[in-house]
Amino acid sequence: MSKKIILCRCEDVTAEDVERAARTGFSDLEEIKRYTGFGTGPCQGKECLRGIAAAVARLTGKSESEIRPFTSRPPLVPTEIKFFAGTPRR
Amino acid sequence: MARRRDTLPPTATAPLRAHAEVAIIGGGIVGLAIAYNLARLGCSDVVVLEGRHLAWGASGRNGGGVRQQWSTELNIRLMQESLEICRGFAQEIGTNIWMRQGGYLFLARTADELGKMDKAIALQNSCDVPTRRLDIGEANELVPELALTAFAGACYNPTDAIVFPWPFLWGYAQAAAKRGVEIHTFTPVTAIDGTSDGFALHTPKGVVRAARVVNAAGSWSPQVARLVGLTLPNWPARHEILSTEPLKPFLKPMVSVLDSGLYISQSLRGELVGGITVHEPADREVRLGSRLAFVEEMAHGLMEIMPRLGDLKIVRQWAGPYDMTPDGNPIVGEATDVPGFFLCCGFVGHGFMMAPVVARYYASHLTGGPTHPLFDKWRLGRFVDTATEREDMNIG
Repeated sequence: MSKKIILCRCEDVTAEDVERAARTGFSDLEEIKRYTGFGTGPCQGKECLRGIAAAVARLTGKSESEIRPFTSRPPLVPTEIKFFAGTPRR
Repeated sequence: MARRRDTLPPTATAPLRAHAEVAIIGGGIVGLAIAYNLARLGCSDVVVLEGRHLAWGASGRNGGGVRQQWSTELNIRLMQESLEICRGFAQEIGTNIWMRQGGYLFLARTADELGKMDKAIALQNSCDVPTRRLDIGEANELVPELALTAFAGACYNPTDAIVFPWPFLWGYAQAAAKRGVEIHTFTPVTAIDGTSDGFALHTPKGVVRAARVVNAAGSWSPQVARLVGLTLPNWPARHEILSTEPLKPFLKPMVSVLDSGLYISQSLRGELVGGITVHEPADREVRLGSRLAFVEEMAHGLMEIMPRLGDLKIVRQWAGPYDMTPDGNPIVGEATDVPGFFLCCGFVGHGFMMAPVVARYYASHLTGGPTHPLFDKWRLGRFVDTATEREDMNIG
């Protein structure tokens, strides 16, 4: 059986990737996002953020409430380009 | 199997050293690349001070374009070298930067734009950059998905490229740290005193004394310069960018529309990444919020040039600051009014692509090695001298 555990399914970020980020010295989710790419795919962290926050808390000895989520980016859900192009041009 | 060991020290909690030969303010691509190149030349008594986390500013927010299509010879030649550094980055540093050399295609709408384009192409060709003019039919052969009825012509250089900015930054950071550079994140410089042998930099983690200081703080560089009483002419301008869901690779070059500043490329991850210029007041505030006006403007621009993208979904938009200067060129070298205080800022949205080469020359300049004409052309003093050479091809 593979030992590979996927924490972010959009970007294939594994538990090992997150462990390596923590070993490297990162404990802030903004940094770990940029180091591993987690949370940058179609779900934008909606599936993986909590699981990775829990892993980071465990790896760094911080409590989960100390781990701040990364900045959420618009749009709220993936949205078609034609939707935004349907508005009158400013 | 040996476990890979990455070597960024856990500097958020590590104590700050008391003294360094060079203190670099700013943990973006410019600061980290200078730190790495200094260490490569044997000067590893270097500390990098970053107020937030690495990649916080423009270095973590840009589109990763690396092009040689510029309108001044200095920029063309520098970017030729920078591209070569990018091509060798994986071998030199050991980090995959997801580079894809698909070229850049610029679209011109008017005869006036075509005239400027032809002048730039001639200059680029004289530097051995293989840019060529394309008519609309040829541009459509290159990218069949483009709708070009409103355009007059195009130019294309097949050797321009895109990279993924984040690993680029980690590569420099780790390579610098491995050679002894101390990188301190979450360590803003709050005050700088002049001392008999340099500077004393105050941070929440303590004071570090440095013989020389490099201000590589990008859009925050005017604030840093004020700590030594220096007024800089650069100012921040928010530029926004978005990313779509991934598609099968189809878009070979970065495509850019000259008049609107629209650019769009497909990364090796399959996403389309692009932006467009939206007016921003020059009031010296760094703004990083996202606007509906941007995504609407971008959607209109994309539907004009590639209407079949209408059903593609945008997954994320974000903003980054361009570090603007009056003549569109950077500010580098020692500030004559504050000896020992060096500047490397004002890159007008192109610091990421220029940092690899500029940092190499910067480290040589700082360590008494061969210098480069850029230290004369891009010195701070030019803004109070005479007319300067203007760069016209600032995009996005």
